[in-house]
Amino acid sequence: MIGWFDLLLGLTLCTTAVGALASRDLFRAIVLFMVFGLLMALVWVRLEAPDIALAEAAIGAGLTGVLLLDTLGYLRRRYMARPGREEAP
Amino acid sequence: MIRLLGALLACLTVGAALAVAVLWRPLPVEDLPLRVTSRLAEAGAGHAVTAVLLDFRAYDTLLEVAVLLVAVVVAMALREAQPDGPDRMGLANPLLRAVMGWLLPLLLLMAAYLLWAGSSRPGGAFQAGSVLAASGVLLRLAGVGFNWLDNPLRLRAVLVLGLAVFVAVGVSTLIGGRQFLDYPHEIAADLILVIELALTLSIGLALVSLFQLAPPQHTGPHLPDRRRRTRR
Repeated sequence: MIGWFDLLLGLTLCTTAVGALASRDLFRAIVLFMVFGLLMALVWVRLEAPDIALAEAAIGAGLTGVLLLDTLGYLRRRYMARPGREEAP
Repeated sequence: MIRLLGALLACLTVGAALAVAVLWRPLPVEDLPLRVTSRLAEAGAGHAVTAVLLDFRAYDTLLEVAVLLVAVVVAMALREAQPDGPDRMGLANPLLRAVMGWLLPLLLLMAAYLLWAGSSRPGGAFQAGSVLAASGVLLRLAGVGFNWLDNPLRLRAVLVLGLAVFVAVGVSTLIGGRQFLDYPHEIAADLILVIELALTLSIGLALVSLFQLAPPQHTGPHLPDRRRRTRR
């Protein structure tokens, strides 16, 4: 039996997924991806798989988000760096 | 317009295929949950998931850990080829440092609990390892280095520890005249706990290393103290 909570959860999950994929602002996309990971963990709990929920929350939402943010920072620095500014101390 | 139509068509086809697959899935030939619970007493763990991961299908988990290790090795190799960039780690953020003092004991306690709970409740080496890795990443962000792991040899030793212990246990069961990774019943629980402990350390460090090895850095795999470096 699907309750209203599950329905809301599924809809929000789809919305965040579309938002993360369609967002032009990469920072926003990453934050939405992390939200998606946390909601996914909730979904795993609702599906009675707490083991996967723990792993999803820790790796999917936490570590992957940090790695993505790290990559974004790297890309921005690469983009900002002009040839003349490359030799900063 | 044609591209949009094509994409729409592809979406609808995949959606319909997924719906068909979900709605008309074949009945499982064998009731796996029942089979696991019926043989749970023979395993070295009271929790069904842990029993499957580290006893019944331990070989799969062994290969998973090997895959993670290979990923870290590849990241290290790629990192060697990159030129060293400017230092960017170690946010000069007093708030983060202050919060870390409160957060770190909790995180470590949480990791230990997850590891210990793995034998009877949801939890286990992967979850504990990732919580450990999260604390490591936070420490790196706060600019704290792990001096003990500056030595690349030590770092690699801890990275390999999980797989090494796993393989050693597997081989020792072979020597004892059993199948590979077929633990003797009396010490199965202890063996699983030992394996999980080693796995937790290795997985945690592997995940931190993946974060650590992001391109622009001064040095390779080891973790220097970045507080003394000048920031750009």
